[in-house]
Amino acid sequence: MFVNQFLFLAAVLFCIGVYGVVARKNAVLMLMSIEIILNSVNINLLTFALRNGSTDGHVFALYIIAVAAAEVGVGLGLVLLVYRNKKTISVDDLSEMRG
Amino acid sequence: MIAQNIGFWTIAIVMIVAALRVVTTNNVVHAALWLVVVLAGAAAQYILLAAEFVAITQVLVYIGAVMVLFLFGTMLTRARIGSESDLNNTYKKLGVPVAGLMFAAMVVALSSSFGKEKIPDSPKVISTQEVSDQIFGQYLLPFWALSFVLLAAVVGAIVLARKD
Repeated sequence: MFVNQFLFLAAVLFCIGVYGVVARKNAVLMLMSIEIILNSVNINLLTFALRNGSTDGHVFALYIIAVAAAEVGVGLGLVLLVYRNKKTISVDDLSEMRG
Repeated sequence: MIAQNIGFWTIAIVMIVAALRVVTTNNVVHAALWLVVVLAGAAAQYILLAAEFVAITQVLVYIGAVMVLFLFGTMLTRARIGSESDLNNTYKKLGVPVAGLMFAAMVVALSSSFGKEKIPDSPKVISTQEVSDQIFGQYLLPFWALSFVLLAAVVGAIVLARKD
């Protein structure tokens, strides 16, 4: 197996996630795209952990999973709050900071 | 090696198709279910990368907990089940060049850095014991910080979502 086949898979998933963040305006779907991005980063970390025979990649992959869980919890809390106040979760409608 | 390659490419193609469906489908619940396919495929790739503990954690945390959160979020913010038309930005075409440029940059960087480099045939497999020794040894401080992050996230989510 080549190192690059895993890295390219991660790159493809990362770019799909970036497209999702740019193209979606539904807040829940944006969070899902962010999850795809975080998973692609994890694939990269574990690939280099196997290539270098190092433990650090595993540790940081686990930390990323924990941070992602926290991020989804807070993110969905925010989305619920926005929905309760605005009756919509379209991020295009959250433009009150604009003059 | 051949079996591993067949497994890799099968799972990779399934993951890419599922990820594309996540970002293009017009149904929020379908997007969540396609995301399950992506996350399960990632867990399978972790096993191919000899990281079975991370793979199990992925299944428990992502497919177990995060997906339930997503489905709850979907149901609490809209009662409508079915496809809808206003999920995308008006300038969503802009996402294609952005993602394409990033991918081109990564292709150039990766192929010039790692070209034909192979993963060693019998790589050093990291056992779960070594991972836990690292977490509770060298990386103890980040572990504490992470515990506080999780605590703050739980408290924050409750405070945000609570009805006053």
